[in-house]
Amino acid sequence: MLDVAIRTRLGSFAIDAAFTAPTPGVTALFGRSGAGKTSIVRALAGLARPDEGRIRIGDMTFFDSAGNIDMPAERRRVGYVFQDARLFPHLTVNDNLRYGWRRAPADDRPIRLDTVVALLGIGDLLDRRPHTLSGGEKQRVAIGRALLSQPRLLLMDEPLASLDAERKAEVLPYIERLRDELSLAVVYVSHAHDEVERLARTLVVIENGRVAAAGPIGDLTGRLDVRGISDRADAASVIDASVLGHDEARRLSRLGFDGGELVVGRFQAGVGAKVRVLIPAREVILATVRPEQISVQNVLPGVVEGVSLGNGSALVRVRIGGVHLLSRVTRDTVDRLRLAPGAMVFSLIKAAAIERPGSSPR
Amino acid sequence: MTELLAPAEWDALRVSLIVALYSVAFSLPLAIAVAWLLARKRFWGRGILDSLVHVPLVLPPVVVGYVLLVLFGVRGPLGAFLNETFGVRLVFTTAGAALATAVMAFPLMVRAIRLSIEAIDHGLDEAARTLGAGPLDRFRTVTLPLILPGILSGGIVAFAASLGEFGAVITFASNIPGETQTLPLAIYSAIQTPGGDAAAARLATLSFALALAGLILSEILARKVRRMLGR
Repeated sequence: MLDVAIRTRLGSFAIDAAFTAPTPGVTALFGRSGAGKTSIVRALAGLARPDEGRIRIGDMTFFDSAGNIDMPAERRRVGYVFQDARLFPHLTVNDNLRYGWRRAPADDRPIRLDTVVALLGIGDLLDRRPHTLSGGEKQRVAIGRALLSQPRLLLMDEPLASLDAERKAEVLPYIERLRDELSLAVVYVSHAHDEVERLARTLVVIENGRVAAAGPIGDLTGRLDVRGISDRADAASVIDASVLGHDEARRLSRLGFDGGELVVGRFQAGVGAKVRVLIPAREVILATVRPEQISVQNVLPGVVEGVSLGNGSALVRVRIGGVHLLSRVTRDTVDRLRLAPGAMVFSLIKAAAIERPGSSPR
Repeated sequence: MTELLAPAEWDALRVSLIVALYSVAFSLPLAIAVAWLLARKRFWGRGILDSLVHVPLVLPPVVVGYVLLVLFGVRGPLGAFLNETFGVRLVFTTAGAALATAVMAFPLMVRAIRLSIEAIDHGLDEAARTLGAGPLDRFRTVTLPLILPGILSGGIVAFAASLGEFGAVITFASNIPGETQTLPLAIYSAIQTPGGDAAAARLATLSFALALAGLILSEILARKVRRMLGR
């Protein structure tokens, strides 16, 4: 488990952030530019010293002002992928990759060079110098260099922010692969909700140096009050599911989740695979009686847990089994259907409206 | 070849090269350390150190020679110590000439190296830290390779300046042929000597050729290093 509680003053700006996150897994620090995300990550790395607090991962204490512990950055073994890659210009890609690897204990190097090279697709770059690489290639090499330092914790500070959409799409799948194939504790900083929805297991929303919300991502995307997540016009609920089966003739897949089943367009994933889906709130129709003779594939019974009235529309939070789904409806609908906490509703979702994060533009 | 210059003139060339070589070789490590301190560290007395390093640039060289004479003379506080402890005498010796030129060329060297340290992206140092490199390790594997162009150009400029230093050398080390008589001192003596015009012209030409060779060498090295660093 990652356990962070730090307070620090930076001029007129103050950081006062506390959160815990399960490890291994990706924890996203989400928030606008200037919210204090990078300051928190620099404290985790040991590049900045908080005024007080503690930083622990597993049974390892990086920092504890009460116990007078402040482990130097070079001893923390925290891999740091900077926004601007920061490859050593005088070394080849190969020597960059080995820089941290050489300095990790020889008897504790589970992450192998050939594994990382294959994982990130950088085999053809090994003899090149950083200045000859494209932005996306640089970032992949930087990720590889951090991985090979055998980190206890991998920090990724907006690793895609300096890349254009195409390069971003090139690098993201590699980050997914390292998440799935190496069992690592990762803290991923981003202000882009699509990256977070795609990668994160735990979401920590940072606002003005404080933690505005924290928890499993599915919980937060199903809440009404998370700024930057559920207050967007294109808010969407994240649901983690597993593939139950495919219907090749009808080109459909069945997914099971903690609350029922979903029928979606044919997924490229094996039976039993863990998949994540996004259900845009504006694609969820609510009904108070079970409709019949209708094209919608998914009709899920649930209970209204909250209604947030906006200017023209309203956001309704519906609990279906163990998950929460957001539905964007008009305020008129809220009145007509008497949508209030406790009301029984059916959520109607077209199979075609259910997306995989990152797979289709929104 | 030997007829090109008189034996005394060969001596002047030899002394010049030895003095300049010693001067650069011994002051370079110190210059790197001082440049690094001034570029990266904030400490009490930093301003004083900065001024002290640069003062030979603005002082008349004769004054620098005089100060060295006071400090390192046989009865000076440092000179007496060196003489009694190590039996080293600097006044009127080749080593003394090297010390005088080193002090004069030191600010040029520090300046070039300091600029190149300041030009390094500090983020690279942080990256090396997160990859497990301690302070000395980082200096050796990141800072030093990246400031190599600055060290080279600083070294070459200092070498050239050492070849040409006049006032501090003649004041502190005197003008002893074969010992402390460097090219500019030999030229000065030749001009003072009746019928020495031809010798002065030859030595002046030699100085010119050396300076030119130094500049060309520095340019070639700088280009090589730039290519190595990929800029």
